[in-house]
Amino acid sequence: MSKKLNTNSNLYIIIYAALMVVIVAFLLAFVSKALQKKSDANVAIDKKAQILSSLNLRDIDKDQVEAKYAEVVKQEDDSDDTPIYICKVEGQTKYVVPVSGMGLWGGIWGYVGINDDGNTVYGSYFSHQSETAGLGALIADQPFQDQFKGKKIFGNDGEVALSVVKVGKKIEGLDAQSRCDAITGATLTSDGVDQMLKACLSKYKNKLAHEAQDTTATKVIK
Amino acid sequence: MSFLSKQNKTTLTEPLNLNNPIVAQVLGICSALAVTSQLKPAIVMGLSVTIITAMANVVISLLRKTIPNRIRIIVQLVVVAALVTIVSMVLKAYFYDVSVQLSVYVGLIITNCILMGRLEAFAMQNKVLPSLLDGIGNGLGYAWILVVVAFFRELLGNGTLLGYTVIPQSFYDLGYQNNGMMTMPAMALIIVGCVIWANCAYNNRKK
Repeated sequence: MSKKLNTNSNLYIIIYAALMVVIVAFLLAFVSKALQKKSDANVAIDKKAQILSSLNLRDIDKDQVEAKYAEVVKQEDDSDDTPIYICKVEGQTKYVVPVSGMGLWGGIWGYVGINDDGNTVYGSYFSHQSETAGLGALIADQPFQDQFKGKKIFGNDGEVALSVVKVGKKIEGLDAQSRCDAITGATLTSDGVDQMLKACLSKYKNKLAHEAQDTTATKVIK
Repeated sequence: MSFLSKQNKTTLTEPLNLNNPIVAQVLGICSALAVTSQLKPAIVMGLSVTIITAMANVVISLLRKTIPNRIRIIVQLVVVAALVTIVSMVLKAYFYDVSVQLSVYVGLIITNCILMGRLEAFAMQNKVLPSLLDGIGNGLGYAWILVVVAFFRELLGNGTLLGYTVIPQSFYDLGYQNNGMMTMPAMALIIVGCVIWANCAYNNRKK
């Protein structure tokens, strides 16, 4: 009785395609909505872990990130376009500022931990969307990030001096105190980090100076 | 039909060696070059491709009689893309660390020639169970080549395996150096070539 369906008729193809798209769209929307809460929580924890990494508190167990974060980060100020996290590590005030920019293939971002003088880097953390594995992706590894420790962000002229430069390249007026080595074979990603640091940290020039003054002031009072 | 009839067994095991997607069919090479500089991403990528080929093969095999011939490639692509997106969302919710690792490869999985190749060549004509086995077989065939290539690249390029240093410091003291070339994609191509050569030599000897 049943006639075999002609799967090559135009009507069938159009209905098939339309149905398929609607079903897939509903399916994706449903899964995304159902899992959103859980994945958002994961993203939030990951962000906190990244901030802790920039304070040299790395490899903390996932369950303990929240507790550690609450213990270390005293104040989150993200009211304007220059968010800053005020933290206390081993009794000392540290500031963490987020940075973001472009690598070679996609976005790169990170957090820079700064001492209470508002100038010296305490620690750093960088990550990336899709940099080349084994080359540009090395910015997410500790050896690259550790070389920022103790470097000075601002030069004598008050502008951001902290740079990522190819080994051996001479740059006029660049102090060794503000110089970090680029990754061999990943020039464009390294340049991206360099530009990211300059662009993002320069926005914090006044804020960091202000915060640093504040801490010195409270110290004097105490 | 028994679960592992002789034919089904061949479907599962042939892609591991004689009809390997990389070594014999030379499919999926570009992703093989991209993710093999270290062992860990290679394993993650191999497993994800195995899961996705198996699932996509099953879905397409179920739909095979209804799919209009003229838009079959589009249908296959939609199925693969939807599956990959769902899997990556589930990973993001339950295995966040894996999903971060994988985020770079999601695009590579969707456009992997092996997936489209198996859907077009096998799942469109075969029943569900053989399609599932074919998907698993091809995924594993792809995975083991990736692991072999990544093993040599990470060992010789970084002196580590899965991130752990395996070459003792005394070697470096004697003047041994990591071969930075190994981290470049070009060397992956050469190692894949060597694997193909070894595999052919092995199979010819068996004949």
